[in-house]
Amino acid sequence: MATATVNNKNRARSAQDMASDAKRTTKRRINRTLKYALLIFFVIMVLLPAYVLFITSFKGTADADPSRAWYLPQVWETGGWVKAWTTLAPSLGRTVMLVVPSAIISSFLGSINGYVLSKWKFPGANIIFTLILFGMFIPYQAVMIPLTQLVSDLGVPQGIPSLMLLHIVYGIPICTLIFRNYYASVPDELIEAARMDGAGILRTYGSVILPVSAPGFVVVLIWQFTSAWNDYLFAAFFSSGRNGPVTIALSFLAGGQLTDYAASMAGALIASVPTLIVYILLGKYFVGGLMSGSVKG
Amino acid sequence: MLKRAKTWGPSVLLLAPTIILVGVFVYWLIIENFRVSLTNQHTAKPSNKYVGFENYTNLLADPNFQHSLWNLLILTVVFLGGTLIFGFLWAWILEQPAKGEGFFRSVYLFPMSVSFIASGVVWRWLLSSLQTSQPGGERTTGLNRLLDSVGLGALQNDWWSNPTWGIAAIAVPAIWQLSGYVMALFLAGFRGIPDELREAARIDGCTEWKLYRHVIFPQLSPVMLSAVIIIGHMSLKLFDLIRAIVPDANTYDVQVPATMMWVKYIGSDYADAAAIGTILLVLVALVVIPYLWYTSRMEKR
Repeated sequence: MATATVNNKNRARSAQDMASDAKRTTKRRINRTLKYALLIFFVIMVLLPAYVLFITSFKGTADADPSRAWYLPQVWETGGWVKAWTTLAPSLGRTVMLVVPSAIISSFLGSINGYVLSKWKFPGANIIFTLILFGMFIPYQAVMIPLTQLVSDLGVPQGIPSLMLLHIVYGIPICTLIFRNYYASVPDELIEAARMDGAGILRTYGSVILPVSAPGFVVVLIWQFTSAWNDYLFAAFFSSGRNGPVTIALSFLAGGQLTDYAASMAGALIASVPTLIVYILLGKYFVGGLMSGSVKG
Repeated sequence: MLKRAKTWGPSVLLLAPTIILVGVFVYWLIIENFRVSLTNQHTAKPSNKYVGFENYTNLLADPNFQHSLWNLLILTVVFLGGTLIFGFLWAWILEQPAKGEGFFRSVYLFPMSVSFIASGVVWRWLLSSLQTSQPGGERTTGLNRLLDSVGLGALQNDWWSNPTWGIAAIAVPAIWQLSGYVMALFLAGFRGIPDELREAARIDGCTEWKLYRHVIFPQLSPVMLSAVIIIGHMSLKLFDLIRAIVPDANTYDVQVPATMMWVKYIGSDYADAAAIGTILLVLVALVVIPYLWYTSRMEKR
């Protein structure tokens, strides 16, 4: 403010101008330094738990003393990693078997739904869409008790098969939403042209929609992969340590009153590797999925 | 009529699997759950005797359940407040183009890709209030230890081991995990504000504060609403994180309806578990239904 008044009064004096220019640059420089200081402070805050995970996973008895809690290990031990790997390995395999097919199937269903609900609307289509969408927000606790009954009545075995069914069914709403928003950007003229050529609903899907769907599929597959990989609620109700996914195995490894912190932290890192890789390599699409979670996209 | 049926017949047919699946697994099960909650099935033995709303009135009169609702309120307020503050702050700083912007964004968002179970492992250690007595005084660990060693010993506390405010400690890792998400939402919101709008306001002599007050904040309010809905409904359902940090599911200090429902389920008290589920559904629906209605109306316009 002061600078501005000085500036107005002495417009003619270029020396003053230069001085105020210099002032402004210093101000900008201070602002920038402050900004980066803040940004770096927050980076440290966010990465602090990751640092703890990493260092603790390599600690052995030599570093058991609490006074060494925040320091690098004196002796880098891999015992925790070995224990975590042997405990988690079988469940990691099961999680892959669970997550990959359910991500593929629910994204196909979502693609078909999104296509119909954006390009082949029928009376009441919007109401149906909103009703499907509501399934995305329900607390699963509100269906869990009869759901356990229904799944066993259907004869679906506990463990991976039940979980696959559940991730597919409860993944439909979000997949439908993402694809519906995505297909909204496909020009209606393309669909009309195909219709004019006498193509039906499925032929149009195959010849016009599917070829441009790749980015939508990437977003949906990543979303479904991550949420199924990280799920614990369904896993807790529908599987056990013997037949469950990695989150269950990890919660057994890390749970209990006396925890082997080296092994459980190594286990947490192992369990997070696949989703972290996806995030690092395909972060852009990951964010795309997040955004569509806000309904409006 | 026939022609119309022909044009939208295939659409309905293609949607049929979804309509059936969602109809059964969402709507029918909600009704069925409500039915179970009206029975007296409090043991593993099947029982279909209807008791009306007795389970609900008993639950609402139960001090444990009241406490879990109170906890849920605190959790939601702290969780929402924290993620909105950090999310907005980060987006605001990163909104102007800056060197290394992408790096900061990726770091702030990374916790979102990790499961609550995995992050819970480290937060359980960080939020530990254990003290081991050793020669030379009490020794703490986790964040308490860090606070002590950087001279902020006064901030040491019992974290989640506190019947009134313990649940707020659970919000800390939740905030850590989801602030990046809120940041991403706000960044998208900032990007949606046309540059001309800001320029026009600046030419009209708007101060920075007025520019935010009258131009930017109103433009961001839909994003803010999305963030509140998403974080709010996540908070109502939060279960994994509490299970990962607190070993015993029946810990009074951090009991919320979602964990209490699990305890009832494990104890084969299906009627009470179903009633808690329905109560959670009502809470979520109170927030989500107006939101869905609002968005579908906005779309029509």
